[in-house]
Amino acid sequence: MKISLTRRYRFAASHRLHTAKLSEEENKRVYGKCSNPYGHGHNYALEVTMTGPVDSATGMIANLAELDPFVQREVIQPFDQKFLNEEIPEFRAQVATTENVSREIFRRLKSFPSARLERVRIEETSKNSFEIEDEVDEVRG
Amino acid sequence: MIRITRKVEFSAAHFYHNPNFSAEENRRVFGKCNNPHGHGHNYVLEVTIAGEPDPATGMVLDLKELKEILQREVMERMDHRHLNYEVPELAGQIPTCENIAAVIWKLLDPKIKTGKLDRVRLYESPDLFADCTADASNGSGART
Repeated sequence: MKISLTRRYRFAASHRLHTAKLSEEENKRVYGKCSNPYGHGHNYALEVTMTGPVDSATGMIANLAELDPFVQREVIQPFDQKFLNEEIPEFRAQVATTENVSREIFRRLKSFPSARLERVRIEETSKNSFEIEDEVDEVRG
Repeated sequence: MIRITRKVEFSAAHFYHNPNFSAEENRRVFGKCNNPHGHGHNYVLEVTIAGEPDPATGMVLDLKELKEILQREVMERMDHRHLNYEVPELAGQIPTCENIAAVIWKLLDPKIKTGKLDRVRLYESPDLFADCTADASNGSGART
């Protein structure tokens, strides 16, 4: 039997799906209304899943007193109430799709020192969600 | 293979305290969860059973039977109880979400005779949950 702990966070941000690699017409065809030049926003829900041994002294995989400030510092503060395309440097060179946002958040959180990051799951809306797991991240480098 | 999930809710009190820690250490590690008067949660438990549907009934496991197992093994033990004092299976453990989920797994696993216990997910609040899953690395997995 394997145990994991999942904590849910929220942030609100805007983005625009647009790439300089495609023509304006192609951008419009591929990304549709998500390519509107002024951008649009979402209330993102972020689920962070940690695994590892349950510390017998604390009963915990990860102490929320450590995990919450870590996620706040690495993700919520930089992403919340921001325009992802401009204000997160990693999205200047890649499209801020929620696939790429998930991968970037995974990259930022995997250095959490006292447990292993297993999965990042993002709900972009109540209808769309995206997941990235440890091994997938390693394969993609 | 089909997975079926049944959900139940129970309310219970707990607090976090390790007798081997100093008072100061307890406060530092557990924060406000260390309040000796305790506090409570509405826990939401999702139990998932995996298996092939019986050709005669079309069911992996009769949900009525699962409901009875959850009532007997979990609700009667934990609902409206203080988890630090009233649940012998948690004696000597800090009643965190992780530890409660593991105790529930160990209580349920031997009782599931049809299908296999696949996942126990315990929500302490809508923003925090622990998952126990069958460990893929040891085959059938479920008997730990």
